[in-house]
Amino acid sequence: MRTRPILIMLVPLILGAVALAQSLVIESWRNDDLVIWRDTIIPAFNAQFPDIEVVFAPTAPAEYNAVLNSKLEAGAAGDLITCRPFDTSLGLFEAGHLVSINDLPGLENFSSVAKSAWITDDGSHVFCVPMASVIHGFIYNADAFTELGLSEPLTNEEFLELLEIIKQDGSYAPLVMGTNDQWEAATMGFQNIGPNYWKGEEGRLGLIDGSIGYNEGGFLKAFEALATWVPYLTDGYQAVTYPDAQNSFTLGLGAIYPSGSWEIAGFNAQADFAMGAFPPPPPAGQEVCYISDHTDIAMGLNAASPNAEAALTFLEWMTTSEFAELYSNALPGFFTLSSHAIELTDPLAQEFLSWRSICESTIRSSYQILSRGNPNNENDLWNASAQILNGTLTPQEAADQVQQGLEAWYEPQQ
Amino acid sequence: MPPRRRKPFPFHILVFLTPAVLIYTIFMVYPLIDSLRLGLFSLNDTGREVFVGLDNYRTLLTSDLWAPRLWNAIRNNFVLFAIHMSVQNPIGLLLAALLSSQIIRGRALFRTLIFTPTILSVVLIGFSWRLILSPLWGIAKDILGIFGLESLYRPWLGLESSALVAISLISVWQYVGVPMLLFLAALLGIPDELIEAARIDGATGWGVFWRIKFPLILPTVGIVATLTFVGNFNAFDLIYTTQGALAGPNFSTDILGTFFFRTFFGIQLQLGNPTMGATIAGVMFLIILAGVLLYLFGWQRRLQRIEL
Repeated sequence: MRTRPILIMLVPLILGAVALAQSLVIESWRNDDLVIWRDTIIPAFNAQFPDIEVVFAPTAPAEYNAVLNSKLEAGAAGDLITCRPFDTSLGLFEAGHLVSINDLPGLENFSSVAKSAWITDDGSHVFCVPMASVIHGFIYNADAFTELGLSEPLTNEEFLELLEIIKQDGSYAPLVMGTNDQWEAATMGFQNIGPNYWKGEEGRLGLIDGSIGYNEGGFLKAFEALATWVPYLTDGYQAVTYPDAQNSFTLGLGAIYPSGSWEIAGFNAQADFAMGAFPPPPPAGQEVCYISDHTDIAMGLNAASPNAEAALTFLEWMTTSEFAELYSNALPGFFTLSSHAIELTDPLAQEFLSWRSICESTIRSSYQILSRGNPNNENDLWNASAQILNGTLTPQEAADQVQQGLEAWYEPQQ
Repeated sequence: MPPRRRKPFPFHILVFLTPAVLIYTIFMVYPLIDSLRLGLFSLNDTGREVFVGLDNYRTLLTSDLWAPRLWNAIRNNFVLFAIHMSVQNPIGLLLAALLSSQIIRGRALFRTLIFTPTILSVVLIGFSWRLILSPLWGIAKDILGIFGLESLYRPWLGLESSALVAISLISVWQYVGVPMLLFLAALLGIPDELIEAARIDGATGWGVFWRIKFPLILPTVGIVATLTFVGNFNAFDLIYTTQGALAGPNFSTDILGTFFFRTFFGIQLQLGNPTMGATIAGVMFLIILAGVLLYLFGWQRRLQRIEL
């Protein structure tokens, strides 16, 4: 009588041990997505491939690159590696930690732009399956807008007027953003509004081929536009961190949150007011609008994985329209990079996605090639943008500083 | 002369020493030496370690890219140390003097309360102080408001001019219990006869403290200064938890520890550079070694032992 229950209890253990041979571990920096992977994505995969157990094992975003590198060096990393865009992952591929996935069936569902962030410079090897991009823009408190009788700005001039009205009214912080963590100033400020000034891809590729510098033309104008935000930022913004700003906005303390689509899921859960979004408004008189539609996340195979076969099965499944639809809807704001036509149920995410058809898309200026050297262009932009907002550098000084850093090692700019 | 019996080899000493020597060698000495070794190498294009001698140190000290960061970090480390020496240790001494006198009631309670922050996690302390000083939800502004001083409030942790001082003071608040306990133990070790004799000779409380007690606890002052020095030049955690590895704003709170972390592990798009990181660790080691040697030869050797 006694032994039976014990035997029955042992069954799952034995099964578990068998399944362990086919167990995949996913390395990721998206610890916010843990529940979505566990409850939605992995069960959908297991419905088709019940033999492959998948574990989503994320690390804190700020530590991800460092932790992943150490794990890979030590041979302790998971089977599937979530890929940062461009050089971080290219470096992993060149060091032999990621394998080429050129032959993966289903890769034809991705355009060359989608693959551009995870391909060797000569285009011969793709090493990660593109998952999603994020789109920059401004999220606003729609209830506050109604209360103050405001409407979405169409030009930068209207945008500044709007901020002035909100400031005069005094019930809401006009722009909810801090500079403490530095990256917000660059990513949610400079890279958000900048493409309108440097004409998207034209300016970005100009930086790469050396025909334009950070301290002239559109890039200088972008720094100057950023400086006009200073009077409208949250009180004490110099010491406001990224989570502080998120909480402040979702608690209804602010009117406009400069950001990107990746906030949508979190904000939907936290905010109890209606939200809307508008793209970065171009300067008056400019017909074309530009948005940063940044290739942000992909998945690759750890070269040292003992379960390569199962991992490739998972990667192949990630190229299907089923995954695209599942992922984009489970994580509103992360838009699939595949060419499958998908339906988005979240109105805010749909709003962001709709800008793809009215504005020209580009990616963040510093991500491709320019952050290869030392000093690192991305980190320089963080520092310079934060200093502009903190009032310790003028836009011209900040632009010169970034340009000098780039000229120090990047030949086309010398 | 009677034949001297040779003493047997004292095996028990080996037995007592071995565990400590083994553990210390495996977990401290070997990693330290290996880290110093790594600082003499560089990674080539294929990721292989190549011996480059002192090249990394030369780059670190002379290149426009590295030298300003290094000197900035060293300067900030000295500011951190100066604030601890001039604020933490005098306050620790004052608290110890108060707690060792008989006139204060509830000494055990105060002692415990003051020492408690020391045993709390730095992460917890950093997070709490971030909240206290936060411009959005902090109580610092409200507390100043009670005294009508609300206009004095600034986002201290976010300003280049005040961030390092603010963080140093947080650290002082947390660790003031350590010098206090060390001073207290030393003060309590002074025999009452000396103090009674001084009293009979007509010395005041002030005189007794500076003429009798302070000279007797001088060795402890030296030890506290050395501990502070080593602790401050090894510091990393508080800056990392309150300001992040970028040690903002504009590197104004960057110390050798955070500089090392960013270099060794990389940050955001910048990949880690283990050999350069090891070089920075080497510089940290040399600075601390210099400080400790200075203490050993400049201070400890000159101390006179006083039989009490």
